[in-house]
Amino acid sequence: MNGPTPLEGLVCVPVLLPLLAAGVKLAIGGRLRRLQSLISLVTLGVSLSVSVVLLIAADTQGPQVTELGGWPAPIGISLVADRLSTLVLVVSLAVTLCVMVYSVTNAYDEQEHDAPMAIFHPAFLVMVAGVADAFLAGDLFNLFVAFELLLSGSYVLLTFGGTESRIRAGATYTLMALASSMLFLIAIAVSYGATGTLSLAQLAERFATLPDQVKLLVELTLLLAFAIKAAIFPMSAWLPDSYPTAPAPATAVFAGLLTKVGVYSIIRLEALLFPGGPVSTLLMWVALATMLTGVLGAVAQTDMKRMLSFTLVSHIGYMVFGVALSTVAGLAGAVFYVVHHITVQTSLFLVAGLVERRTGTTSVSRLGGLMRASPLLAVLFFVPAMNLSGIPPMSGFLGKLMLVQAGLARGGWLPVTLVAAGLVTSLLTLYAIAKTWGKAFWRGSRSDRVGRVLESEEHTGEDPTVTTTALPVALPAAVAALVVLGLSFTVLAGPLSGLAQRAAGELMARQPYITAVLERLR
Amino acid sequence: MNSVSLSSFAACGLMIACGVTLLLERSLVRVLAGVILLGNGVNLLIVTAGGDAGGPPFVGAAGMADPLPQAMVLTAIVITLGVSAFLLALVHRSWQLTGSDEVQDDTEDRRVRLRARRGELGDALRARQDAYRRLIVEQRAELANMEAEQAERERLEEADLERRIARVHTELEQWMRELRHEGMSEEELQHRFEEVGLREDAGAMSNMERIEQLREEHARGRREQAARERELRRAIKARQREARRQLRQAIREERERQALAQDPELEGDDS
Repeated sequence: MNGPTPLEGLVCVPVLLPLLAAGVKLAIGGRLRRLQSLISLVTLGVSLSVSVVLLIAADTQGPQVTELGGWPAPIGISLVADRLSTLVLVVSLAVTLCVMVYSVTNAYDEQEHDAPMAIFHPAFLVMVAGVADAFLAGDLFNLFVAFELLLSGSYVLLTFGGTESRIRAGATYTLMALASSMLFLIAIAVSYGATGTLSLAQLAERFATLPDQVKLLVELTLLLAFAIKAAIFPMSAWLPDSYPTAPAPATAVFAGLLTKVGVYSIIRLEALLFPGGPVSTLLMWVALATMLTGVLGAVAQTDMKRMLSFTLVSHIGYMVFGVALSTVAGLAGAVFYVVHHITVQTSLFLVAGLVERRTGTTSVSRLGGLMRASPLLAVLFFVPAMNLSGIPPMSGFLGKLMLVQAGLARGGWLPVTLVAAGLVTSLLTLYAIAKTWGKAFWRGSRSDRVGRVLESEEHTGEDPTVTTTALPVALPAAVAALVVLGLSFTVLAGPLSGLAQRAAGELMARQPYITAVLERLR
Repeated sequence: MNSVSLSSFAACGLMIACGVTLLLERSLVRVLAGVILLGNGVNLLIVTAGGDAGGPPFVGAAGMADPLPQAMVLTAIVITLGVSAFLLALVHRSWQLTGSDEVQDDTEDRRVRLRARRGELGDALRARQDAYRRLIVEQRAELANMEAEQAERERLEEADLERRIARVHTELEQWMRELRHEGMSEEELQHRFEEVGLREDAGAMSNMERIEQLREEHARGRREQAARERELRRAIKARQREARRQLRQAIREERERQALAQDPELEGDDS
């Protein structure tokens, strides 16, 4: 058994470091706020740099594997960093870092006195650790633990402050997540019973020898569990109901990362464990339904956050479509879209948070004249909004283009229908977004209306003077950094799509992953 | 190949079925019980999937049970414990806030209900407006009726007066004709006539006075009638204003009540 190389030892850092920091912060409690903020930022910064190193290593030297405690798979827990997981990890951590800067500045701990910083930061870090673990997990049970980690962090964040609406949304959210976890556990039990292993690499080898029915049963159960997490159509109703109630930084991270963890798991599942299975057609139908129902929901909304939640659901459909194509081009499109969507959706939710902080509401029917009151906010909303709806030459357009090309290359009436549905969805997204932008930012100000809103919403504890004071500089700066990150995907589209292609190629080939994990065993 | 105990599989199935049934309840406490049952059922499934119970570890190394499922079950138990504790806290907080542990309707449901209530309110408003319009129409009709009656009465009175004057004239004619017939000279007749005329004049004067008086009385009656009508109109106007004011008040109150009842994230398009 070889010892891990220094590089491979780094794989566990993005998981362990945030967990460690969360523990330290819990020990510190509510004291030493500056130090606490510093710890959070440094933790995320270090994790980000480590994952960039890992990305380069995974791209140049193949998948990096760490076996925790030196136990080889399948007994030990292995963390695997291949192109896909490190790419998604880098983007996630970059986004999380921006959100952390935002929430440190926003100082939710001061505004909501009954929910101190001592809870927000550890919960946030635990969630980040869970997300990183889910991306790096090399076996099914570790993936389950990762899900539970990120979910327990998110439970706390979602019910932050324990207000009535958050408790109500939290109950739904927790129960949905629990149901999906239980399904996941059942699938794990059945897989273990059928194959005697849970290591993804070994499962990939052994599933091939199983009868088709057993394979299909396990695949469908896992798919159902992940689809609940990713908010795919029949199981998507919980998302627009629960996300908008959480505090803005939490919603932003949820929207950016948690559903993408589900999508990531589906990509892994479909590409590694069940290549070329019969569910591809089912996935296409589901993708179609997700896109259309989501965007139609978005069109009907009058609240900015709820509208964004529905577009979030709708755009998950694109990624599922890419996965369902089960070609290298389709997967590459899905990966590119995941990267783009994490950034854009997070920035949009953060801007909605800024709007709420500035005016005390995100209801579009009450907002107005924000363009004049705060041109910066208008720009910060406008750019990612256009990016989301796929205006060329932004990354949303490029991701959709990759998917459209992949769909047309695959041929057949269903993929072509999906391409058409994707274009319709894109158009309707533009409509929903433009409607929101026009009403909230572009139309004239109704100062009397805003005044009345502020009076009637005193129970939110917002100081009415917030409307007249400017936002702290770091808040828009954090959002602006995210927006610029989203725009940089256009500039770096060549290398990025190349990387996505390579990641998809590696996924479809399967063998590099399996070999990297199992070589020590042989 | 190990065989799997059917009874433990049946137990799994039963527990999972009960758990799912409880999970579908509205009361969070039942849901919590469902989660615990479901979790235990699934844990049992993992243990069952791990194969038969083996001999004791360390001592009888030959038939050792598979340790991996047991490790996984331990982890799963701990996770279920943590989540159950969280759910329990959630139930308690929900009970603190709302006095019940029921899962509330989601925002979309509440929006639909709110819209329905707005519709009902609008219907009630329209019904009240219609009733009010009908009232005004009725009152106008009543007023017109009264006016018509009054005009009819006046017409009758005038006709009566004219008939009486005509009778007096014919009587006068007849009387003069009779006198002329009796052979009274024109002069005498003239004289008589003047005499009678003077006498009659006095009577006629009083008659004229009476007519004048009647006319005045009549005019006064009409004025009074007009004043009464004006009064009535004013009263109707005042009642209309009052009704409108009350209506507006009611609408405003209902809107305020609704605005208060709304969550900050539960907003209809009420602009």
